[in-house]
Amino acid sequence: MTFMTKLLGASAALALSAGAALADPAIIFDLGGKFDKSFNESAFAGATRWATETGGTFAEVELQSDAQREQALRRFAEAGNNPIVMAGFGFATALDEVAADYPDTKFVIIDMVVDQPNVRSVVFSEHEGSYLVGMLAAMASKTGTVGFIGGMDIPLIRKFACGYAQGVLAANPDATIIANMTGTTPAAWNDPVKGSELTLAQISQGADVVYAAAGGTGVGVLQTAADSGILSIGVDSNQNYLHPGQVLTSMTKRVDNAVYEAFTAGVDLETGFNVMGLANGGVGYALDENNAALVTADMQAAVDAASAQIASGELVVHDYMSDETCPGLTF
Amino acid sequence: MQKMPAWADVVLIPLISLLLAAILSGLVILAIGENPWEALKLMISGSVGSSYAWGYTLYYATNFIFTGLAVAIAFHSRMFNIGGEGQAMLGGLGVAYVCLFIPWPHWSLALIGATAASALFGAAWAALPAYLQARRGSHIVITTIMFNFIAAAFLNYLLVNVLKPMGAMDPATAKFPAPTHLPSLHDILGAFGIPFSKAAPANVALLVAILACVGVWLLVWRTRLGYEIRAFGHSESAAKYAGISPTRIIMLSMLISGGLAGMMAINNVMGEAERLVLNSTEGAGFIGIAVALMGRSHPLGVFLAAILFGILYQGGAELALWTNIPREMIVVIQALVILFTGALDNMVRMPLEKLFLALRRGQTATTAGE
Repeated sequence: MTFMTKLLGASAALALSAGAALADPAIIFDLGGKFDKSFNESAFAGATRWATETGGTFAEVELQSDAQREQALRRFAEAGNNPIVMAGFGFATALDEVAADYPDTKFVIIDMVVDQPNVRSVVFSEHEGSYLVGMLAAMASKTGTVGFIGGMDIPLIRKFACGYAQGVLAANPDATIIANMTGTTPAAWNDPVKGSELTLAQISQGADVVYAAAGGTGVGVLQTAADSGILSIGVDSNQNYLHPGQVLTSMTKRVDNAVYEAFTAGVDLETGFNVMGLANGGVGYALDENNAALVTADMQAAVDAASAQIASGELVVHDYMSDETCPGLTF
Repeated sequence: MQKMPAWADVVLIPLISLLLAAILSGLVILAIGENPWEALKLMISGSVGSSYAWGYTLYYATNFIFTGLAVAIAFHSRMFNIGGEGQAMLGGLGVAYVCLFIPWPHWSLALIGATAASALFGAAWAALPAYLQARRGSHIVITTIMFNFIAAAFLNYLLVNVLKPMGAMDPATAKFPAPTHLPSLHDILGAFGIPFSKAAPANVALLVAILACVGVWLLVWRTRLGYEIRAFGHSESAAKYAGISPTRIIMLSMLISGGLAGMMAINNVMGEAERLVLNSTEGAGFIGIAVALMGRSHPLGVFLAAILFGILYQGGAELALWTNIPREMIVVIQALVILFTGALDNMVRMPLEKLFLALRRGQTATTAGE
């Protein structure tokens, strides 16, 4: 009898450890692809950082079509991957249906809220980070005209633009903001040539600082800005190094941290609603040796003061998503 | 005299083309350090190996049947409709309006209404390029492709500013109400006691697509209009001489073409997503061109080619899920198949024709010698 119990216990332990070995985390990249120099790539960086630090492995897939969202989620869940991280708001509907079918699997969705017991929803306060770089832009501008170049015209990018405009107007109430979107198809995320043309157009209208929130298109914006001798602002990851001394700063959105934390927590991941804002380092502005000469002590002091006010809740940056209007900018 | 027996034209040439494409793809996969044999097995089992796999393959195939038929019917009047993408997007808009704003009591009625609306919207989007071609001689290739961009911009505007529910991040309409949800193949086959995967998106739109194939066949080969379309396609001047109005044929064939492309939306918008998302067509309008070319503009050929492309799509997705082959490489493989079956058709056809002619000459020589 005792032998039998031991045997059963041993096989149960074996089964458990086998299950644990299978529970590799998985990540699903959105249609932009994992090398988009922006959002997806940042998520990929977080996953790779986890893999190199822990020596672990993770499953991954880049989507090719919208219909594959549910497919990829189900396949990974059935294969025992846990947790499953998905980068992008497009997964919300699929996840809402799938999550209930796999109650033992933890899911993490970035940029969107899905209200299910086994889902962690990570959203970023992009408007707060954009507000700070907007202040910097207004303070660095000599002409009083600054530009914004978005990727595709979607609500998320309007959220960036709206926060930026508020920051600009906070630092210089008389400033002019020129906002352009690159396009209306997903190609707008990866069109550096069009980004370059829009930058030239904004320069001809007097802009001397341009903020690009446009994925791969931003590479063209930053390049043209550097070539024309004006300042630019990068997005998502720290892009200051691309043109040292000519990129004013970058609005950092730490998607990599969100993925890294999810992978590190593993199956013990805490579910629920998770806002990554200025207060917890989810967004911010980049300061390093490449742009140290561009950001004066006064500018830094002003921005850090605003940052502290936002973090403490004293200053509220209007979120475009809350009512789909924007003070200071019309779309 | 026919250069080749019919079976060689219909079966042998596509098979050889496929084989060549497979060999070349195998070399590509080998070059990036993966096992081509494993990849092939994964692609095939992932696309036809289970009812789950078939469910996805048939879902993609349904899209391609509609857009393939759309291109095929326009081909018969020698109109090159590259606007299937935009027409299908507009079809999606028609489906969205009908499903969101009309309270349907039952899915069957909703399907009829949505089919009509999608066809109407798709046809309307094809009407202007058709009119410009018929009356002003603006080339249909240029105008239809430009209309794809206008359609994308138009839908982007509507989804971001008008149709999106307040506060939603995703530029998409609200989910359609439950009575408009189409039964999936799981539900349909389940009624007959046949088990079919519940997760797969293939739905009743597949049956509509098959009906559309039959309808197009009847139209092109069994009606007066179909005869006129074919006659016009073969020779515009002869058709004119026979009293066929070029304007009428161009308009009608393009309207039918646009309508068919628009009807794709009952599969992807109504059947799968159950809401209208941005970029819902995902290039199916362009795949339709390859499908129609490969299917020789015949409904049966379009149907078979659409299944093949469905297999390629679904097999490619499985490949991306379970191997380290990047998705760009999967596009390369799909492109190789399109290249060989569509564009390089003569590369296989001409040697084969010579071979068959030589064989026949040999036969006649021996019979003459006897």
